[in-house]
Amino acid sequence: MAGRRSYFDHAATTPMRPEAVEAMLPFLSGNFGNPSGSHAESRRARRAVDDARDQVALLLGADPGEVVFTSGGTEADNLAVAGAWEAMVATSPTPATSLVCSAMEHHAVLNACRALARRTGAELREVRTGKDGIIDLDALAEACTPEVGLVSVMTVNNEIGTVQPIGSVTAVVRHRSPSALVHTDAVQAVPWLDGRELTAGADLVAISAHKFGGPKGVGALVVRDGTVVHPILHGGGQERDRRSGTHNVAGIVSMAAALAATDSDRPSTVERVGRMRDRLGDGLLATVAGTSETGERSARTAGHLHLRFAGIESEALVVLLDEAGVAVSAGAACSSGAVEASHVLESMGFSREEATGGIRISLGATTTEADIDHALAVVPGAVAQLRD
Amino acid sequence: MRVLVALSGGVDSSVAAALVAEQYGRDQVVGATLKLWGGASDSGCCSVADVEDARRVADQLGLVHHVFNFAAGFDERVVDPYVRGHAEGRTPNPCIECNRHLKFDRLLERARTLGFDAVATGHHARRVTTAEGRFRLCRGADPLKDQSYVLAMLGQDQLARTVFPVGELTKGQVRDEARRLGLRTAGKPDSQDVCFIRADQGRAAFLASRIPLHPGRLVDHETGEDLGPVEAVELVTVGQRRGMGHATDGKRRFVTAVDIANRRVSIGSPEAAHASDVRLHTVSWVDGAPAGLGGLGGPGGPHHGAGGADVGDEADVGAEAGVAVLAQCSAHGHPVPSSVQLVGDELSIVFGAPQRRVAPGQTVALYDPDHPDTVVGSGIAG
Repeated sequence: MAGRRSYFDHAATTPMRPEAVEAMLPFLSGNFGNPSGSHAESRRARRAVDDARDQVALLLGADPGEVVFTSGGTEADNLAVAGAWEAMVATSPTPATSLVCSAMEHHAVLNACRALARRTGAELREVRTGKDGIIDLDALAEACTPEVGLVSVMTVNNEIGTVQPIGSVTAVVRHRSPSALVHTDAVQAVPWLDGRELTAGADLVAISAHKFGGPKGVGALVVRDGTVVHPILHGGGQERDRRSGTHNVAGIVSMAAALAATDSDRPSTVERVGRMRDRLGDGLLATVAGTSETGERSARTAGHLHLRFAGIESEALVVLLDEAGVAVSAGAACSSGAVEASHVLESMGFSREEATGGIRISLGATTTEADIDHALAVVPGAVAQLRD
Repeated sequence: MRVLVALSGGVDSSVAAALVAEQYGRDQVVGATLKLWGGASDSGCCSVADVEDARRVADQLGLVHHVFNFAAGFDERVVDPYVRGHAEGRTPNPCIECNRHLKFDRLLERARTLGFDAVATGHHARRVTTAEGRFRLCRGADPLKDQSYVLAMLGQDQLARTVFPVGELTKGQVRDEARRLGLRTAGKPDSQDVCFIRADQGRAAFLASRIPLHPGRLVDHETGEDLGPVEAVELVTVGQRRGMGHATDGKRRFVTAVDIANRRVSIGSPEAAHASDVRLHTVSWVDGAPAGLGGLGGPGGPHHGAGGADVGDEADVGAEAGVAVLAQCSAHGHPVPSSVQLVGDELSIVFGAPQRRVAPGQTVALYDPDHPDTVVGSGIAG
């Protein structure tokens, strides 16, 4: 298998779908217009953005006017947290003073919430996760008091892949914090879960194109009718004054094409990838002693597998597997590229030692049985070498 | 031969990487940058800008590059002891502790488990292999940049798996080589000071944010006379001159002792600030203890003075007893002819002439008087 590369980091990013590449090309050359103009070139571009908006809205179960295009998931999360909070404070006669998020949120939400709390003096309550990788609903209920104005709980965790019970979360929030908005970061969910169900119940939903075969640098925030977000980027007032900046036309068109392709073959992809994931997970659990799976597999998307190998450092395992042609990830990477201790595993109550040997193996639409064979062949040896 | 080269983002390690890549082939060499410090930093080896420089140098040399996060170990082994040391009246050398516990322990171990035969670093020091297959640790070729002092705790196990590719070069030659190769780090200034303390913040503010600082009194070393207040006893180091003023006879005054418990800093004349001996713990030898050490009765080795002093009896330690060494008490201090003798598992050094007192926590590196470039061992002043 010399020279072979097997890619198991689809949760970080996944290859673009051919349909998405095809769709964006015209807008990188001939069809170059700025949608915010009054001539034929602009109209063509505008038409493309509007068509893409219709398609994205349809596939997310939203109205076109509820879709705000952004530069990606991080901007969508920041717009949801800061923009919704600012609008709430500006319009409510009795503004909320607290916000709630799960402790396992992606840093795009976690750090947006922490920054908001620092900036405004609002109190941030971070809700712990159970060992099953699911938010503790009792702890959530405890955190949700009447003065809470925003609750953010991700749809699928990016490190361990557990699907969060957003329906129950929303029910808890509506009951206990009636004036609170519910935001969900659905960035990891789109490849695996029906988009039309993602937005049910939540007031704000963030997605990112490159997680489902679109290009990097484009995403969207669904803002439910009746929910107001103030812009965090100020400028020409695009996106109904919710997100200024010239539209990334090629990216938006491409994202819509990727979403359409993902949606049309999602059932078969989930079935096929899930079977491969189980073969890989069961194979490694059976052949590598001292291996545990993090969280409940039944609660996980088809593409995620998270394993902890006792007695090794995942940072070293990632290097060895990379040399052997297998790309996996060890928790979240910081700006320097170093592996950081996982706040997700910490939120689940794992010790630093337990969390140290954890790796994320994430599959995608392009994963093949040969990739699984490759990983099954090299992972046991690599773990053994590190334990030596 | 597979080599893991430690890239700090500076010019020395950049050129070290270029040299090992040239020698062993770039497919045999992988670059690694250590993330050591999670807090804010503007110098040293851990800022994002330095990691970028390291990565871009690796790219240019065609090397795979990784970042290893050793921040937790660095906190535990370097930063915490540094802070605790100050709270207890000691002044540890964080670079030496980082070399001891991170670069030449955890990194060597990481390299071993990943299947590398050696780690290369950009230190200005030389490893010389003897005819018997032993390793000597020698000063770098550039006397102004020699870093053998901060490596003096290394032993055979570590040296067997370490190479210092720029040790034979002067700093000027390193920069010339970097320029010739077009490396972006060619003109980068040398790192200064302690890497985890921001220059604009300084040591005092760094320590103040971690430990309580206590005001104290300055007292005369000889008479015990109260000479005035001192802002924080934890910030004072034995041997320090700055801020201690002048005596009535106009002579500068130096710190001779720091007594944290009683919040007292003794100061005295330059003569009082000198001592004729020092006691070291955490003693290590590059290639075993020198023959004759500890007065076991036998004659000294061929390169050492005569042994023969009694073991364990401090009173008998004299300049003529023990084993002859050159003792260097700071990174760029002058090596002083001295004699050493074991006292239990500690080492007693008697200087040939009185030296500025060595602050507790500081390292003394020992060199071979017959081969003044060769490190014999080291220890930490108690």
